[in-house]
Amino acid sequence: MMAASPKLQAQHVWKIFGERGAAEVVAVQDLSLHVGENEFVSLVGPSGCGKSTLLMMAAGLEPISAGDILIDGRPITGPGADRGMVFQSYTLFPWLSVEDNIRFSLKKSRLPRAEQDALVREHIELVGLTGFARAYPNQLSGGMRQRVAIARALVYKPAMLLMDEPFGALDAQTRLQMQELLLNVWQAHRTTVLFVTHDVEEAILLSDRIYVMTARPGRIKREVAVELPRPRNLLETESDPRFAALRRHVLTLIREEAQRQAPSPVADLA
Amino acid sequence: MRLLDLRTDIPRRWYIGAGVGFVAIFLLAWATATWQQWVSPIFLPAPNAVFAELQDQAASGVLWQDLWASTYRIMVGWVISTVLALPIGVLMGNFRFFEGLLEPFIDLVRYMPAVAFVPLTILWLGVGDTQKFAILFIGVFFQQVLLIMDNVKTVPRDMIQVSYTFGLSRGEILRSVILPAAMPGIWDTFRITVGWAWTYLVVAELVAANVGLGYRIMRAQRFLETDQIILGILIIGLLGLLTDYLFKWSYRRLFPWALQSR
Repeated sequence: MMAASPKLQAQHVWKIFGERGAAEVVAVQDLSLHVGENEFVSLVGPSGCGKSTLLMMAAGLEPISAGDILIDGRPITGPGADRGMVFQSYTLFPWLSVEDNIRFSLKKSRLPRAEQDALVREHIELVGLTGFARAYPNQLSGGMRQRVAIARALVYKPAMLLMDEPFGALDAQTRLQMQELLLNVWQAHRTTVLFVTHDVEEAILLSDRIYVMTARPGRIKREVAVELPRPRNLLETESDPRFAALRRHVLTLIREEAQRQAPSPVADLA
Repeated sequence: MRLLDLRTDIPRRWYIGAGVGFVAIFLLAWATATWQQWVSPIFLPAPNAVFAELQDQAASGVLWQDLWASTYRIMVGWVISTVLALPIGVLMGNFRFFEGLLEPFIDLVRYMPAVAFVPLTILWLGVGDTQKFAILFIGVFFQQVLLIMDNVKTVPRDMIQVSYTFGLSRGEILRSVILPAAMPGIWDTFRITVGWAWTYLVVAELVAANVGLGYRIMRAQRFLETDQIILGILIIGLLGLLTDYLFKWSYRRLFPWALQSR
């Protein structure tokens, strides 16, 4: 389901850390992928495979060693408000209330104050935090903090969302709730998403397509289309026999990589 | 209820009672040792002798002159140090260039004893208050810069990076993310360093002073007036405690969001 002109396109991207020579680590090697307009694409792979590094490069927060990442056909040169980001860690500003945290991302917006207020209210509702507008981050649970972070990344309407294991630090039950929340929000307000996770079920539930990466140095091992009907929901989708088949398929791919990496984790660095 | 469980809260009356009780026992031991004449009054005067000295100095006005002179020196010396340490520490915490530029020099200077600068500062600045400010500055500034640098560095990287994705410039992030995030830590640095300024007071008033709490102690030493020495030490301790509480109290007022975090 590739769109005519992809929203995001990575072309032969390399990321090399460290000085040339002995200390050099190839984190991402000749990686190409694309994310279509309003498509939800996940990046999965064994830990340390460079999936978060790729996301940071797409955000413009990490320089690209070689190759290009294009947004709407233009190469990115640095971070910008066209790409919203949600991190795994809690990145809320603890000195601001929930509503002021969400409003913070509208700093550069030229909308009149009244419209900003309306947007903030609407997004507080969207992530199910009605009644918590005046609360401070230290009064919220981990799941609620990530709801605020998602609202803050959506409210200024970036052209696409980059999400780096946003639910990775949450407990299992909260994670399920958040997956359902993101699924519903995305199905109601389609937007382009590149989503990094190590949770295969999460990737299948949410995505249109999944890229499975190799162990380091990270390359694309396989592209997997998730042809499950939408709208999806947690219980029905996960009991679909195609879900189980996809899960086995993706897990097998990741396990191959993890095993290839396990005997000698530094073999590829030599 | 067990009072000695690891890292467990205890009833408030026990917590406060223990602190008050300890001071009471300390005073009682002092009183007993002196009233029973276990130690000579030359070495350790009795509490009532020190209290009598306090009444004398308060009545003659010496106490108020000393209090004002010393508080003024502490405040000016500490404020000069802080006004310079804040921007420099913020620069060093944010930009590796400034850290590389200044840290080796500051590390060198901060181990130099402030007391050794007394003759030099008199030579350079004369015998007025400026020389006192300079000693307090030397004692506080170099440590303060490094502490503020560390306060700035504790701001999480992800918090800065997420701000870039909202389209903010470096200057805007510095102003509206890094500074507010680092402020509680910096406030604590203020509290600690103003305490250091009090401990440097005697050094600052070591020579070429004719008023001040530190001067009073140095003069009393010459005439072995131990009651004056003890009184001076107690007053400096109490004033240090007072400024400490002022900063702790204002911290809770200014940064309620930083309390009970996590």
